[in-house]
Amino acid sequence: MAEQMSDDDERQQSPPSDLDFTSNRARTCIVTGSVSGHTEFQSPYPDQVLENVLENVLHFLTSRRDRNSASLVCKSWYRVEALTRSELFIGNCYAVSPGRATARFTRVRALHLKGRPRFADFNLMPPDWGAHFNPWVLAFAKACPWLEKVYLKRMSVTDDDLATLAESFLGFKELVLVCCDGFGTSGLAIFVSKCRQLKVLDLIESEVSDDETDWVSCFPEGESHLESLIFDCVECPINFEALERLVARSSSLKKLSLNRYVSIGQLYRLMVQAPQLTHLGTGSFSPTEIAGQGDQEPDYVTAFAACKSLVCLSGFREIIPDFLPAIYPICANLTSLNFSYANITAEQLKPIISNCHKLQVFWVLDSICDEGLQAVAATCKELRELRVFPVDAREDSDGPVSEVGFQAISEGCRKLQSILYFCQRMTNAAVIAMSRNCPDLVVFRLCIMGRHRPDHVTGEPMDDGFGAIVMNCKKLTRLAVSGLLTDKAFDYIGRYGKLVRTLSVAFAGDSDMALKYVLEGCPQLQKLEIRDSPFGDAALCSGLHHYYNMRFLWMSSCRLTHQGCQQIARAMPRLVVEVIRFADEEEMDDCVQTLYMYRSLEGPRNDAPKFVTIL
Amino acid sequence: MVFEKELNLDATELRLGLPGSSEESLRISNKRALPDMNDDSGVAAAKKCDQETAPPTKAQVVGWPPIRSYRKNSLQTKKTEAETGGMYVKVSMDGAPYLRKIDLKVYKGYPELFKALEDMFKFKVGKYSEREGYNGSEFVPTYEDKDGDWMLVGDVPWEMFINACKRLRIVRGSEARGLGCVV
Repeated sequence: MAEQMSDDDERQQSPPSDLDFTSNRARTCIVTGSVSGHTEFQSPYPDQVLENVLENVLHFLTSRRDRNSASLVCKSWYRVEALTRSELFIGNCYAVSPGRATARFTRVRALHLKGRPRFADFNLMPPDWGAHFNPWVLAFAKACPWLEKVYLKRMSVTDDDLATLAESFLGFKELVLVCCDGFGTSGLAIFVSKCRQLKVLDLIESEVSDDETDWVSCFPEGESHLESLIFDCVECPINFEALERLVARSSSLKKLSLNRYVSIGQLYRLMVQAPQLTHLGTGSFSPTEIAGQGDQEPDYVTAFAACKSLVCLSGFREIIPDFLPAIYPICANLTSLNFSYANITAEQLKPIISNCHKLQVFWVLDSICDEGLQAVAATCKELRELRVFPVDAREDSDGPVSEVGFQAISEGCRKLQSILYFCQRMTNAAVIAMSRNCPDLVVFRLCIMGRHRPDHVTGEPMDDGFGAIVMNCKKLTRLAVSGLLTDKAFDYIGRYGKLVRTLSVAFAGDSDMALKYVLEGCPQLQKLEIRDSPFGDAALCSGLHHYYNMRFLWMSSCRLTHQGCQQIARAMPRLVVEVIRFADEEEMDDCVQTLYMYRSLEGPRNDAPKFVTIL
Repeated sequence: MVFEKELNLDATELRLGLPGSSEESLRISNKRALPDMNDDSGVAAAKKCDQETAPPTKAQVVGWPPIRSYRKNSLQTKKTEAETGGMYVKVSMDGAPYLRKIDLKVYKGYPELFKALEDMFKFKVGKYSEREGYNGSEFVPTYEDKDGDWMLVGDVPWEMFINACKRLRIVRGSEARGLGCVV
């Protein structure tokens, strides 16, 4: 579950080509006479042999970058590569049209689409901006009936789309929706009732509207193929008896994540049915209101102990800490633990974490304080990914975690690759220490919640800290900065951040120079999101040489003007330049509230809402 | 120092924010740091820099800190139930084209709640009796509790009700006849 959230699973560089891909499996080659339909220059026979051989060889190509390179060799290779690509990844659904994608790749089995830009998650964009799944599902329904797997992130999916998905693809196996919206329980009901081969239904941080439909009862009777059912984000009650029966007849079920309407008593009943689980989301982890007096408390400890394969634990949506000891038996096996909805103290954490020697992924709330982080550092020597979320997500609240916990982690968890840390205060010294202690860092996201906040000990800007990170962490591909930052920090990033692909900037920098340093210095930059920073048109122009290599650029509440953005739009025909304004904004001046621009083969999209102007 | 504490400037401080919300939130940044905060002189100086470069008010900014609303809401629901925040529930009425939302914390008891519902939906609640439920009205107030069961409003004490109530539904009297006692 945690691994699906990480945006940095794209280990390969995204090349200028608009379409990327991931692995495919070897299949037996179907020999067809005319692959392309039009005659080539040489005699047909050697060509056929070549293409058959190619097809077999290209099946083994797994990386997106390799496949893209292969497709550029010559027409023959382009054709065969297109035929053998079974997994299609499109990082921006507006970069290419569904028609174009299905025309080129006719045998796709898996589709991976991403829609809205990430800053839309934080209400920086009005709803209904776009990223509709509908045209995609319709195009694929017609052209690729063997589609088995769909993975969507930040897209709008309707109930009808879910119905189309279930009805059009007979062998459909896997649906994963991350940060999606637009559908409800009735869509789910139709989907599950018609997908007889369904193996995976993962709903992750998506908004599911409550149409009061009992979707869990709609899974077909009889033996189920379900391997993964994740619905912790569904904010409505479910039919527990139906769920229990479903779990009982799903012998292949390995991953199950319950929502907060499932009580701990109900969790127990499910665990007893499914001791083979490897991933478990525990639901509320508290009992229902009306506990029967004198009822025997189920033996939670034994239930957990029976799950010998459990490696990934999450949930704890309404945790009653008294029940935490139930998980002691499996701590030693855990590689992933998500406590990010559990408001627990350091004292409550310690008995658990002190047994989690194998832990690699840990998500937690800052309620554990620096002391809790010290306990993590003391035991979790294998930690690769840490995320610390704030209980109180406000700028000026008390900060239970600080540079103390941060530094402790850096000293104890030397293998750290990815960190997301929310805090109220930080020091350059601690960040520098982490840059030295954790050289394997690939993802570094530090969010000092108070805007423009400097090093709280020295009063200095945080430039040196972030500078050390880009200097010392040679594998760094994703960076999010915060706190008081001058242009100097961006000079460091441009100078040393040679592998940086994703950069998030907020309330930082002094002048256009900062953005120039980055655009001119970071050749691998793909995704740049900036808000509330003093960068203007001149800075925007300094990136002209690079924008076709990027997936997108987002700039909101900066110093851009319509004129500046027009210049870019005119200079770069393959770039879609969207200017987005909020409804209540006055139209008077030339200032651009939000700029979102991205490369595309299709030109301006035809589904843009009124508040979007495409230059 | 002592003088300042006796004046109790906190209590009389003008601020934007709901009663009961943290002192630190929505603070106008011209205020000096209080003595009970970090007394590091570096912090005081830092705060000053902060004030000079920060925008004039420290009102909450859209989308900052960058936490998805899903996550914020998940923690919020627990917090507001614990603190004095609002307790909004959906209210539907059979035959009405759309739902409403009310804050249960606003009412002190059943009479006020019923008055509000009557005003909102233009109907009359009947007379409640423990044995027979509501008499004398076509419409009956029901609620869904944490177990997902539909219960008759009024059977349990008010405090227990507002903690258990997830949503309200005003049903037509004929459908409600089955209710009348808690299982």
